[in-house]
Amino acid sequence: MIKPTDSALTASRLNESTKMIFHRRWVRVVDNFFQSRWKGLSVAIPYVWLVIFFLIPFFIVLKISFAESLIASPPFSSLFEWSEDAALKMTLIFDNFAYLWEDDLYVKTYLNSVKISTISTILCLLIGYPMAYAIVRASGTMKYLLLLMVILPFWTSFLLRVYAWMGILADQGTLNSFLIWAGVIDQPIRMMYSEFAVYIGIVYSYLPFMILPLYANLEKLDLTLHEAASDLGAHPITVFFTVTLPLTIPGIIAGGLLVFIPATGEFVIPDLLGGGNVLMIGRVLYDEFNSNHDWPVAAAVAIALLILLVIPMMLYQHAQSRQINN
Amino acid sequence: MSTQERDAFLDRPWKDSTAEPFIRIEGVTKRFGAFTAVEAVSLDIYKGELFSLLGGSGCGKTTLLRMLAGFEEPTAGHIYIDGVDMVDVPAYARPVNMMFQSYALFPHMSVEDNVAYGLKRDGVPKAETSQRVADMLSMVELLELQKRKPHQLSGGQRQRVALARALVKRPKLLLLDEPLAALDKRLREQTQFELMNIQDQLGVTFIVVTHDQEEAMTLSTRIAVMDHGQIIQVGEPSEVYERPQTKDIANFIGTINMFDGEVMSSNDSFLLRCPKISKPLKLPSQTELNIGQQVTLAIRPEKIKMTLEDPHDPSRITLRGEVLEFAYMGNISIYRVKIEGEVVLQITIPNLDRMAERKIEWDDQVFISWHPDNSLVLRD
Amino acid sequence: MPSRDKSITDMPKKRSTFLLSVLCFGMAFLYIPMFLLIVYSFNYSKIVSVWGGLSTRWYISLFESEEIWSALMLSLKIAIVNATFATLFGTLAGLALARFRHFRGRTLFTGMISAPLVMPEVITGLSLLLLFITLGDLIGWPEKRGITTITIAHITFSLAYVAVIIESRLSGIGETLEEAALDLGAKPLRVMMDITLPLLAPGMLAGWLLAFTLSLDDLVIASFVSGPGSSTLPMLIYSRVKLGLKPDINALATMIILAVAMGVLIAGWILIRQQKQRERDAQLAGAK
Repeated sequence: MIKPTDSALTASRLNESTKMIFHRRWVRVVDNFFQSRWKGLSVAIPYVWLVIFFLIPFFIVLKISFAESLIASPPFSSLFEWSEDAALKMTLIFDNFAYLWEDDLYVKTYLNSVKISTISTILCLLIGYPMAYAIVRASGTMKYLLLLMVILPFWTSFLLRVYAWMGILADQGTLNSFLIWAGVIDQPIRMMYSEFAVYIGIVYSYLPFMILPLYANLEKLDLTLHEAASDLGAHPITVFFTVTLPLTIPGIIAGGLLVFIPATGEFVIPDLLGGGNVLMIGRVLYDEFNSNHDWPVAAAVAIALLILLVIPMMLYQHAQSRQINN
Repeated sequence: MSTQERDAFLDRPWKDSTAEPFIRIEGVTKRFGAFTAVEAVSLDIYKGELFSLLGGSGCGKTTLLRMLAGFEEPTAGHIYIDGVDMVDVPAYARPVNMMFQSYALFPHMSVEDNVAYGLKRDGVPKAETSQRVADMLSMVELLELQKRKPHQLSGGQRQRVALARALVKRPKLLLLDEPLAALDKRLREQTQFELMNIQDQLGVTFIVVTHDQEEAMTLSTRIAVMDHGQIIQVGEPSEVYERPQTKDIANFIGTINMFDGEVMSSNDSFLLRCPKISKPLKLPSQTELNIGQQVTLAIRPEKIKMTLEDPHDPSRITLRGEVLEFAYMGNISIYRVKIEGEVVLQITIPNLDRMAERKIEWDDQVFISWHPDNSLVLRD
Repeated sequence: MPSRDKSITDMPKKRSTFLLSVLCFGMAFLYIPMFLLIVYSFNYSKIVSVWGGLSTRWYISLFESEEIWSALMLSLKIAIVNATFATLFGTLAGLALARFRHFRGRTLFTGMISAPLVMPEVITGLSLLLLFITLGDLIGWPEKRGITTITIAHITFSLAYVAVIIESRLSGIGETLEEAALDLGAKPLRVMMDITLPLLAPGMLAGWLLAFTLSLDDLVIASFVSGPGSSTLPMLIYSRVKLGLKPDINALATMIILAVAMGVLIAGWILIRQQKQRERDAQLAGAK
């Protein structure tokens, strides 16, 4: 026999437990959802972001580079038009690219950009390699200190570091004053607003980008290979050229591309240090866009720059993924 | 000196006090900061020897080898190779080649280029280089793999490339740093014999660094046992095994049972009173001992006999015991036998017959016995 | 000796005059310009490169300049929001790259993560501006360009940097710990919370700091996507510097360099101390 109070109690207990079971089930549903979906969700967020803000803009640039420039807002013709029979018509206009090709200025600018960034890359390598080597060979605390010193400029303002050279290279700048004081020259030499100034600016700004991959590569190098080479009769200089150098090619490539790619598209350095005399593609693009308001030509310049850099960029990616796989 | 004696010395020049050593290490010390890696080591090694430096990790054997190769400079002392002081000779100019533990094959070069590397540095003409490389590669049976890169080779093949690369320069002295450590057991045994054959064929002096006492025993003409930067014993493998000079060496090379105790005398022989065993143990004759001295009696497991019946042999030391456990290894069986108190001995018994009448098993009461002359007296 | 890999670090330390002199030259090259910037910030003279005596007048005029303060505030706001979102998204992206081996469109994803790292700033800036204009025409958002559009642009390229840091850290850690947790009965999400994220914390901090600095430092992209009235600090500096040397900019540069140097030195000091502690611990453990 169950007394009424008991049954009431039982009922309430039952109720409690169904609630519990229900609650637990609900938790489990949510849990299951996350267990099975969280991976998808966590990929989706950055994925969607990058598609909207990286991939689509790229196609817009591509599209506009094929448009006609108009004096309007936005100052370009629409690429897609609905014709009367409701078919989507697409007009590709290669005028912008033809214009780039025909105008001597653009071709020269291109070649000049490649020349400047190539020479800067080589200069960075010539200074950066021995520096990286010296840092790897330094001992203990000294090594960390030197590394910190290489990394520190990374974190300071790029713009202000370029600005610093304006003060050094100016006609009345520090370097000229020093040279006159030292009696090397009588008259200030014109150093600002020249390719020389741009080289200094690029090497100065991008040197750490060369040193760090080289450092990482050299640090990982197995010293016993050096010993083996010297054991087999190789003089230290021969050891360097037959063993060290070939084995640091990945570091040289990574560092070289990290300097070459951004240097080619550089805007601030040629603008502040090169003035109007140094033609570089990044500056032309910026001017085309902000001063001349010729968006289709700017877009065409951007696409052309990208074509120029696509091979180095893919090389860099390839090198990176190989390093991660190793 | 008789011809017979001279012939005996031909194989064992270290027994000949007039023989000129090929390598002379004289009071060599190496310090890294406050740490002394090698301390006052002196050693003579003769032409054609296969000499092993044996010791645990951190004993200084590799540092000694690296000083021979020229990668480290001794803090004090001299190294002479073929009578020439090596102090100011850089590694690349020494008549010495080394086989590295990691093999240190150049990953960006083919097998062929790896082996040819040293000859190119010496400016050997191209035709001769390729001939010598081919000869060496066929000796180590790698001729058909000469175009491969090191990462396309197996461990054993890499080891042979490393050997070929070091030998192709015809060095006077070959240094081998743990040459077999990276190989699996089967390959290691096979390669041991190959190494000995090659050494025999070419007559090059080998110095091998190893931590593996079995390897050292099999390969070497002589072994130097090192500990804490010092050489604690030099001798032929059998000497080091049968007559270890300290407890450490006895323990490091093979297994050994030890009893600590105090020397006492009875009649014309010495006995050891061991606090853990009621019966005094007879010590081997021909040992200089003083009464009351603290010594250790040591006996190798294979020199102990184990029977179910009392052997009743007064010339042997006999003790009673109980089998705690045993392991059947195929060729031998290893027993752990508890004798009185807490003393446990290890004994190895060869499995002579396929079907023994009565195998000794767990919990069996046994008699163990050994001849005193088969035991050793060790001092600390 | 225990067999361990040796690197050039362990090479016998014979001093190479050549290496040492290149190192000194390189460091001088890196640091003399910054040093001069600092020295000239205390110059009384209005012409930066002519010494006119010691003075702090440019610091005073700097603090009184409302324009600079508001640009700084704007830059800091953008940098903090950017760093936070970039770290969030970048961590997810790095996790996906390092741990989820197969998902649809992985190749495209990898490409989109690594391309912004090497994409010239002018192109990134131009393409984002064109996107914002197109979106404005199509859906009426963004109505005007300014703090929001700059932040979005910064998140886009910063998240790639964070993702790369996270990915390399994850592949450095390896999967054994996570597998051990799975083996002990933790579900994948639990493993993520208990094991992976705590291990990633230092990487996320590094990512946040990097994203913060990248944002504070950016001139080109911000000039493309900003609108009237929203000048970030680099944009303000650029517009002043474009016309020549400005003593108050020297003062500003000095403050920035000192702040960064302090931060880096403190971080470096902590790192070195940790390293030494670890070495000491290892020695102690070895001794026992």
